[in-house]
Amino acid sequence: MAEATATAPSTEESATTDDSGVKVLARETLVLNERSMGWITNRIAGIVENKQPAYWWFLFIPAALIALLGVGFGLSYQVSTGVGVWGNNNTAMWGWPIVNFVFWIGIGHAGTLISAILFLTRQNWRTSINRAAEAMTIFAVMCAGIFPAFHVGRVWFAWFLAPVPNHMAVWQNFKSALLWDVFAVSTYFTISLIFWFLGMVPDLATIRDRAKPGIRKAIYGIFSLGWRGGNRQWRHYEMAYMILAGISTPLVLSVHTVVSFDFATSVVPGWHTTIFPPYFVAGAIFGGFAMVLTLMIPCRSIYGLHDVITMKHIDNMAKIIALTGTIVGYAYLMELFVAWYSGQKYEFDAFMMRLADGPKTSSYYAMMFCNVISPQIFWFKAMRQNLVVVMIVCMFVNVGMWFERYVIIVTTLPRMFLPAEWGNYFPSFTDWVLFIGTIGMFISLFLLFLRFLPCINIAEVKWTRKNAHAHKDPLSDKVKGYVTEEQVRSGEVA
Amino acid sequence: MSNELKRVYGYLAEFDNPQDLAHAAEQIRDAGFKRWDVHSPYAIHGMDAAMGLGRSRLPWFVFGGGVLGLTTGFLLAYVTQVIIYPTVVQAKPVNIHTTPAFFPPMFELTILFSGFTTLFVLLALMGLPRLNHPFFAARQAHKATDDGLLIVIEARDPLFSKEETRPFLEKLGGKNIELVEDAI
Repeated sequence: MAEATATAPSTEESATTDDSGVKVLARETLVLNERSMGWITNRIAGIVENKQPAYWWFLFIPAALIALLGVGFGLSYQVSTGVGVWGNNNTAMWGWPIVNFVFWIGIGHAGTLISAILFLTRQNWRTSINRAAEAMTIFAVMCAGIFPAFHVGRVWFAWFLAPVPNHMAVWQNFKSALLWDVFAVSTYFTISLIFWFLGMVPDLATIRDRAKPGIRKAIYGIFSLGWRGGNRQWRHYEMAYMILAGISTPLVLSVHTVVSFDFATSVVPGWHTTIFPPYFVAGAIFGGFAMVLTLMIPCRSIYGLHDVITMKHIDNMAKIIALTGTIVGYAYLMELFVAWYSGQKYEFDAFMMRLADGPKTSSYYAMMFCNVISPQIFWFKAMRQNLVVVMIVCMFVNVGMWFERYVIIVTTLPRMFLPAEWGNYFPSFTDWVLFIGTIGMFISLFLLFLRFLPCINIAEVKWTRKNAHAHKDPLSDKVKGYVTEEQVRSGEVA
Repeated sequence: MSNELKRVYGYLAEFDNPQDLAHAAEQIRDAGFKRWDVHSPYAIHGMDAAMGLGRSRLPWFVFGGGVLGLTTGFLLAYVTQVIIYPTVVQAKPVNIHTTPAFFPPMFELTILFSGFTTLFVLLALMGLPRLNHPFFAARQAHKATDDGLLIVIEARDPLFSKEETRPFLEKLGGKNIELVEDAI
């Protein structure tokens, strides 16, 4: 960031050079109560070093059991018996496995958005949430990967997806959106892992330096690669961080674009539309932010992180949810409009079956309510500041985004061109077991992350403190003529 | 302990705030020292200029990695689809004009190779992983990842002197000055 931000002077700096007595709104502080660097280290490294609170065990034991039974048992049963144990049938050949795949991969996108796009746009508030969001990305992509890998039917042939020379002398079809997806998702996972790990190196060194000599110090020592915090390291490190942010930004947009190509490059009515890529990307960010909040709000109160994850952070994320939710709503309405306006009979009928006379109309309305209506409450600041409301809306969004993929796949495939071959879709018991299993897996992996790795970027939070850099903050000496938002609202100053 | 041989690594000094640290770094730079470093728990803005360090060379390597990835992606798709085993599907031609259909894998491999280049070249430029380093012999080394703003002038520097470097650091405002000695 050293070099990166130097080239982009913030607007506040130029605004306050004016000494004419014009009142300037203070920049919101990101670390409350003027916490020292030592306090930040102690509080965040302490989460890893101290005994976990009872909450951790209450959540971890059931989550781990569910993961073990759901994913372990579900997959064993599926592999040993065959894909027939799923609800997939001749018409709805994609069913829940692909619904869940798109759901989880979408969840992951917020992590990359926060760490890459918000970094490039100099949104310093991302520093206290990016680590957890990136971890969430990794775990969500792991959950996602299970479904297509096993959906190929015979999982021991999943290596056919990789372009390796084989005894059949056949190669993958590189014109297929499904192969593009293999490349996109595996690249996404790899790059996210590199980004996450590199970002963690200085913080792992912090934990290494605090640990007593022993196994623990050795393990953190190995993973922190011998980091010394020298500026001759930082300057390359900062450049690498910026490059990774720069390549992750188009990557994250490409991943969900390619996922949407799985649908959009087909000729299925309701799927064959050009709005799919932007609509999927907006939906992914939307669902991912909701999941970040779902995880971070409890984490913040359990571990007492109120001074680094402030209401400002939650407020910003709620605004992004309102924005992306509205974009998604626009996409839903535009789909309907184009279905009618294009005069395409099958397209129009596909949407009529979602809306009025199909087998699963209620899921369409559930999706509409959860994704479009419920986030509109975030237009009100009081609602964005109310953690109960924020949690409830985020839960709606989590559910709604799952329903979106359900609507796209399960209401469309069983009702295509020929009424004679129409069918319906019902998930099987194994579908349920596997999906709930991945939820357990996601939660238990996240809890293990909280337990063993620094869940907040210690170095970057220190970076956002006041006067943390070679030159003093331009605002710090100008307390006069410098007002807070509260003063303006209470009418204390005009 | 008494007859253990030790090698002087350098002098370490702590500074109160980033502004003093940067000021001291400028003075050390101007005095002509070459083998020294500033250790801090986070990347400090403006420290590269204060230390007289240029822009990192990393982007050039990453550009090369990206180009290699793009080429790999194109060749992988083109050679397998057009040359080795022409696959006629989706009404697409089997010649150079089919390339647009290969754009997604080409793009993804560009990113993948750039990412790996970033990781490995970064580690090479930083000289990591290196688990032992004489810097860790300093009693205050742990501050560099907690709340200390440190400057280390190494004994390898031609201008280093066991007698004169300490007062020099004191003059710059350095506190808790420590002679770092590494066991051989």
